[in-house]
Amino acid sequence: MRKNDLFKLTIHEANELLKSREISSVELTRSCLDRIEQVDSKVKALITVTGETALKQAELADERIARGNARLLTGIPAIIKDNMCTKGIRTTCSSKMLEKFVPPYNATVISKLNDAGMVLIGKSNMDEYAMGSSTENSAFFTTHNPWDLECVPGGSSGGSAAGVAAGEALFALGSDTGGSIRQPAGFCNVTGLKPTYGRVSRYGLVAFASSLDQIGPFTKDALDCALVMNVISGHDPCDSTSVPEPVPDYTKGLAGDLKGMKIGIPREYFVEGMQSGVESTMRAAIKKLSELGAEIDLDVSLPSTRLALAVYYIIAPSEASANLARYDGSKYGFSYKDTDSMWEAMEKTKQFGFGAEVKRRIMLGTYALSAGYYDAYYLKAQKVRTLIRREFDAAFKKYDALVTPTSPTVPFKIGEKADNPVQMYLSDVCTLPINIAGVPAISIPAGFSAGLPVGMQIIGKPFSEPTLFKISHAFQQATDWHRQTAGL
Amino acid sequence: MKLSREEVIHIATLARLGMSEADIEKAREQLSNILENFEVLKEVDTTNIPPTAQSINLQNIMREDVPADSLKAEDVLANAPDREDDFFKLRAVLDFD
Repeated sequence: MRKNDLFKLTIHEANELLKSREISSVELTRSCLDRIEQVDSKVKALITVTGETALKQAELADERIARGNARLLTGIPAIIKDNMCTKGIRTTCSSKMLEKFVPPYNATVISKLNDAGMVLIGKSNMDEYAMGSSTENSAFFTTHNPWDLECVPGGSSGGSAAGVAAGEALFALGSDTGGSIRQPAGFCNVTGLKPTYGRVSRYGLVAFASSLDQIGPFTKDALDCALVMNVISGHDPCDSTSVPEPVPDYTKGLAGDLKGMKIGIPREYFVEGMQSGVESTMRAAIKKLSELGAEIDLDVSLPSTRLALAVYYIIAPSEASANLARYDGSKYGFSYKDTDSMWEAMEKTKQFGFGAEVKRRIMLGTYALSAGYYDAYYLKAQKVRTLIRREFDAAFKKYDALVTPTSPTVPFKIGEKADNPVQMYLSDVCTLPINIAGVPAISIPAGFSAGLPVGMQIIGKPFSEPTLFKISHAFQQATDWHRQTAGL
Repeated sequence: MKLSREEVIHIATLARLGMSEADIEKAREQLSNILENFEVLKEVDTTNIPPTAQSINLQNIMREDVPADSLKAEDVLANAPDREDDFFKLRAVLDFD
């Protein structure tokens, strides 16, 4: 492989070459930095490029490899969504509010990746405070889909997805509150996992909706996804919602066919308004799973699915309105000063520090939690949440996994939905129920419709990530959709 | 049903969120549209269904109260919009004039 093509490698391929000293981490990192130089003016995946520190980390990684105590991610360049705290490196959340915020500490996932020897190459663009499905809500700029630069990359972790799809790094981290990893993974033809709620520590992740948020990887295939999960998973005393379940070796047990695996296809996910190209691509992908030995049941119903959108857009903004109350201009972040009154300063700080979608959700959440509306909205949504969870629980008594499209459409044009919040919310209709239930789901490349990627979502019961990896890996051994890259 | 101007101003006050006249009008429109989509929940029978606040079975995580290193004051104050010595400097909350 030519040295300047190294950015095309998967993590597991790069590992082999690093271990055998055929390539160095410095060469690999340079290749990614060159790629960023070459394509990021078009894709605009990154807010901050950390080239200098990346090369230093790469040198340290090479020394570590030479000493023989490398780990799986040692020397591997990565992109981190700009809502995870990186000590000494600006963490903006794509918001004017945090434009100059430099965290004094690392998120736990960053500490874990640093211990493993990751090379941090940059911080990625996103919808402001992870609220959105297109990166158009970034206060700075919109990221473009590498497959069609006029289309959105999805969101909110659009920069992470587009960055991996464009070859700017070998993997990325994103966060997923209602689909913010899976939807952009589907739109950009990469593999993206939302782990079980509580599987990965969220200490140092800027909070959006605390009962739904989860950090997860973007990678080029399922094996790489398993490798990253091996490093970032596990209990963290700094996050009391992280679960003290032992972390298995996710790379084990991937091989083999899908004989004996029961997969359900819930009909409610093949929704009205779904593009026919997405549906036909999904039907072909499901047929492939069947050929691989899985027992497919097309007669599955999760009737409460249609309620998920309403439940989500009550619960997530309610939690957000509480979480974002902290941005009052007193401790860090943007602070409006041109007034004598404390209350006015606080009101103006929020008015000018937050963008339109963030303010919309603060208003929505405040309304749903306010006296007189709490029972009708918030409490009602929490009760319907129970119904949605119970349907998943019942389904997983019968099936090892459920398979759905990740999104009802292929990537849409930039600007197409920017002024219509309800239309934008609908683009997450297949991914929201998963966060509501707290179960894990992965999106993997399923094929193309009119030249644009279609994602397949595979959903499992809590802590069934190994099953999701096994199905994904078997599918990726039998197809090459995930190996196709955008011509940039 | 469109939210009234007064309702929007009331919510904005609860959230301590400043709004221009144009913001208020836009919020009336957009919030009302979104709230309409919530009507679907009213038809659902949730008698005797307990609410779900979160999806894991953990509760009340306790730990020993052991002192450990924390961030240095200088690091914590590095992002402060205003400070005096080792304190965040805020405006007066109560006005005694």
